[in-house]
Amino acid sequence: MLAHLPILQVIVPLMAAPLCWFLNRSKLVWLFALLVSAFTCLNSILLLQQVMSSGTIIYQLGGWDAPWGIEYRIDELNALLLLIISSVGTVVLFAAHTSIQKELPEDRHTLFYSLYLLSITGMFGIVSTGDVFNVFVFLEISSLSAYALIALGKDRRALWAAYQYLIMGTIGATFILIGIGLLYQMTGTLNMADLANRLEEVNQTRTVFAAFAFLIVGVCLKLALFPLHLWLPNAYAYAPSIVTAFLAATATKVAVYLLIRFTYTVFGIEFSFSTLPLQNIFIVLGLVGIFAASTAAIYKTNVKHIFAYSSIAQVGYMIIGYAINTSTGLMATLLHLFNHALMKSALFLALGAVMYRIGSVQLSQFQGLGRQMPLTMAAIVVGGLSLIGVPLTVGFISKWYLLVAAVETGMWPVAVLILLGSLLAILYVWRIVETAYFKPPLPGREAVQEAPWTFLAPIWALVLANIYFGIDTRLSVQVAQAASQSLFGINP
Amino acid sequence: MNLSLALMLQLTIILPLVATLAILATGKKPNLREAVTISISLAVLYCVINLYQGLIAGATIEAFWWELLPGLEVSFVVEPLGMLFALIASFLWLITTLYAVGYMRGHKEENQTRFYLCFAIAIGAVMGLAFSANLFTLFIFYEVLTLSTYPLVTHAGTEKAKNGGRVYLGILLGTSIAFFLLAIILTWFVAGTLDFTAGGVFGSDVDTSLVGAILVLFVFGIGKAAIMPFHRWLPAAMVAPTPVSALLHAVAVVKAGVFTILKVCVFIFGIELLPTLPTTEFLLYLAGASVLLASIVAMRQDNLKARLAYSTVSQLGYITIGALLATSSGVIGSSMHIATHAFGKITLFFCAGAILVATHKSKISEMRGIGFTMPVTMAAFFIASLSIIGVPPAGGTWSKWFLLMGTIETGYWVIMMVLMVSSLLNIAYLLPIPYHAFFPGKGHPTAKTGIKEAPLLSLIALSVTTLGCLILFLYPQPLYELAKTILTVPGVSHGH
Repeated sequence: MLAHLPILQVIVPLMAAPLCWFLNRSKLVWLFALLVSAFTCLNSILLLQQVMSSGTIIYQLGGWDAPWGIEYRIDELNALLLLIISSVGTVVLFAAHTSIQKELPEDRHTLFYSLYLLSITGMFGIVSTGDVFNVFVFLEISSLSAYALIALGKDRRALWAAYQYLIMGTIGATFILIGIGLLYQMTGTLNMADLANRLEEVNQTRTVFAAFAFLIVGVCLKLALFPLHLWLPNAYAYAPSIVTAFLAATATKVAVYLLIRFTYTVFGIEFSFSTLPLQNIFIVLGLVGIFAASTAAIYKTNVKHIFAYSSIAQVGYMIIGYAINTSTGLMATLLHLFNHALMKSALFLALGAVMYRIGSVQLSQFQGLGRQMPLTMAAIVVGGLSLIGVPLTVGFISKWYLLVAAVETGMWPVAVLILLGSLLAILYVWRIVETAYFKPPLPGREAVQEAPWTFLAPIWALVLANIYFGIDTRLSVQVAQAASQSLFGINP
Repeated sequence: MNLSLALMLQLTIILPLVATLAILATGKKPNLREAVTISISLAVLYCVINLYQGLIAGATIEAFWWELLPGLEVSFVVEPLGMLFALIASFLWLITTLYAVGYMRGHKEENQTRFYLCFAIAIGAVMGLAFSANLFTLFIFYEVLTLSTYPLVTHAGTEKAKNGGRVYLGILLGTSIAFFLLAIILTWFVAGTLDFTAGGVFGSDVDTSLVGAILVLFVFGIGKAAIMPFHRWLPAAMVAPTPVSALLHAVAVVKAGVFTILKVCVFIFGIELLPTLPTTEFLLYLAGASVLLASIVAMRQDNLKARLAYSTVSQLGYITIGALLATSSGVIGSSMHIATHAFGKITLFFCAGAILVATHKSKISEMRGIGFTMPVTMAAFFIASLSIIGVPPAGGTWSKWFLLMGTIETGYWVIMMVLMVSSLLNIAYLLPIPYHAFFPGKGHPTAKTGIKEAPLLSLIALSVTTLGCLILFLYPQPLYELAKTILTVPGVSHGH
C-alpha cells in the first residue's frame, strides 16, 4: 500500500469524481468529496514524510520501465506542492456545502463536486508525473474542469470570464503542447529525466530554442505573469466563492511548479539562465507586475478584484525569487508558494462568507461589517497583514528570504523595489479595513449576522495557519530548503 | 533565584497578553475589568522591579523563546538601557490606567473594553521591545506595537480619527517596512548577526559608506523616533483619547522609537564606529533641524494637544542627537532624557485631558483664567513645563545637562546652539499657558467660578507624575547609575 502512494494520490479523486453522480444528494456528495480530499491530504503528508526521510520516490505506472512507460517521480518539490494543493483543497471544501447553497442551484451541486475533484486530480497529476506529455494531459483535465467551475458562477459575467480564461488557457496549453512536440522530435523521449540527459547534446539547436520559448510563454500564461494575466481578475471575481478560494491558492502555484520543473530539471539551469536572458526578463516583468497589479488593486471596487490583482502581484514576487537563480532565491519562491496559498485561501474564503451573508463583495457593501461580522473581518485583517508581510505572519517569512536572496546577489535596487511594492499592499488592504470598521452600516440593510461556523472554522483554521507558520517555520523552511537545494544539486 | 528572574522576565511580556483575555472575559463588568487591568499592571511592575534589583545585584537574566528562522531567534536579555525603559513604561502604565479609569468614565467614551485590550497588548509589546536580545526580536515587537496602537488612535471612529489613523499607520508601517526592515537585512548581510553586542556588530574593516547608508536607513526607518520628515504621524495621532496620547505618545510609542535608535547606535554600530561614518554628521544636523523646526511649529499651535505633540517631536530629536553623538555623556543624557521627558510630557498630557474632561476646552486661547477653577492641574502643568524646558527644580535639568556636555565634548557647536535656542523656545510655547491660567489679564473670569477639577483618580495620577518630575531632580542617582552602566555592560550578546 505504502509503495503505491504516488498513484493513489491521483487515482482516488479521479475515480471519485464520477462516483459523485451515484450519490447525487447534495449533502452526501459533499461528505464524500470531503472524505476523498481528506484522504489525499493524508496521503500527501505520508508522501512528504517518505520523501524527506528516504529521498525521491520513483513509481512506474503499470510496471513499465521508464522511458517506455510513464513514471511518477516525487521529490521534495512535488511533495510540497501536493501538500499545498491537497490541504487547501480539503479545508476550502469544508465550507463548500454552506456556500453553494446560496450560490448554485440545487441541481448543479453534484456537478460542482465532481468538477472540483477532477480539477484537483489534474493538479495532482501535473505535480506527480515525470512525463511531459502526461503533464499536458493533466493540465487539460484541471483546466477544463476549472473553466466549467468558473462558469457555474451566479453572476452572468462568469460565463464571459470563463470564456476568456478558456481562450487564454487553451493558447497556453497549445503552446506547451507545441513545446513538448518539438522536444520529442529532437530527442525521441517524453520522460523528464531522460529528456534532461538527451537535451544536452542538442541544446544549441534552433528547434530546442523554439521549444523552450513555447513552453515558457505557455506556462507564463497559466501562471498569470504580467502582462499575460488578463484572464485572471474576472475569472476569480465571478467564479463561485469556493472555486475562487481553491483556484487562487492552487492554480498559479501549479504553473510556477511547471516553470521550475521545466527550466531547472528538463532544460537545466545552465541552458535556461546562461544561454538565454531569462533572468533579466523575469525580474523586470516581476517588478512591473508587482507595481502595476498592486496599483490596479488600489483602485478596484470589487473586493474579489482587489485580491485577484494582489494575486498577480504576488506572482511577481515568486517570479523574482525564481529569477534570482540562487538556492536562497528559489527557496523564497517555494516558501511564498506555500505561504501565499495560506493567505489567499483564507482571504477568499472570508469573502465567501461575506458573499453568503450579504450576497455581494462590493467594497461599498462592506460598510459596518467590522461590527456585524467581527470574526470574518478579523480574519481579513490578519490575512491582509500577512499579505503586507508583517512579522509573525507567513508573509514576513517569504519576504525575508526574498530580500536576503536579492541582497546576497547584490541586487540592491530589486530589494528596495520589493519593499516599496509591499507598501502598496498596505494601501489596498487598508481600504477594506477602513470601510469595514469606520463606516456606519448601510442604511436600510437589515443587521447582518456573523457567518455560520461551517465558514468560520475553515477560515480561522487557515488564518491560524498563517500565524502558526509565521512563528514556527521549521516545516515550511526545511522542506523549501531541501527542495531548492536538490534542484540546485547541492547536497545538504 | 536566576531561574525565577528569567521567569519574571517572560512574565512581563506574557502577563499583559494574559490580561487581554481577562479583559475580554470581564468586558461586561467595567469595575471588574478595570480591577483586572490594575492588578496586572501592578504585577508587571512588581516583576520589573525585581528584575531591576536582580540587575543591580549583577545577575544575568536571559530568556530564549524559539528560533524563527535559522540564526534568527526570539530571545530576551535584561540590560541597563532596556531596564530603564521597562521601569518607566511599567510604572507609567499603572498610573495611566488609574488616570484612564477616571478619564474614560468622565468623558463617557465608548468601546472601553477594546481600549483596555489594545492598551494591554501595547504594553506587552513595549516590554518585549525593551528586553529584546536582538534586532530581530525588537523588530517584531516594534510592529506589534504599531498595529496594537492603531485601534487606540482611531478610537473615536470618526472621519477625523480615520484620517489620523491613516497617517499614523501609513508612516509607521511604511517606514518600518521600507527602511527599517531593509536596514536589518543589510546588517544581517554585512555583519552576519543581529544580536545586540557591546561595542557593535560590525567589525573594524567594514565598508564605511555602506554602513553609513545603513545608519541612515535605521534613523529614517525607525519612524517612531519622529525625526523630520517622518514626524507627521505624531500630531495625527493626537485624535486619540488623552490617556492614549499620554502613555503612548509621550512614553511607550515614541520612547520605543528613540530607545530603538539608542539601542542600534550603542549595540549595533557601537560608539567607536559611529563617529567615523560619513553620514553621522548629516543625521546630527537633520535631528538638530527637527528639534528647532518642531519647536517653531509648536509655538503656532492653538490646540493644546497639538502643541504638546510638536513639543514631543522636538524633544525626541534631543534623544536622537545624544545617541548619534556617541559619547558617554551623550548616551547618558539621552537615556536620562527618555525618563525625564516621559514624566514631564505625560504630566502635561494628563493636564490637557483633565482640562478637557472638566471644562471641555482644548484650545489654548480659551484657557485664560483656568487656573482658578483647576489650580492643582495648572500647578502640575507648570512644574512639568519646567522639566521639559530643563530648569530646576525638575528632572529635565539633568538630562539636558548631559546632552549639552556631549555636544561640547564632540565640538558640535551648532548643535549646542540648537539645543540652547530650542530650550528658549520651549519656554516661549509652554510657560505662557500656566501664566495666563493664573494671570488672565483684564476681561477674563477670575476666582468667581469656583473649583472644578477633573475626576479624583485622574487628579491623583497627574499629581504622582508631577511628583516624579521633582523626585528625578532631587534624587537622580539611581537613574544616573543605571544610565552610566549602559556603556560598561560587558556582554549583552546572547549565550543560551
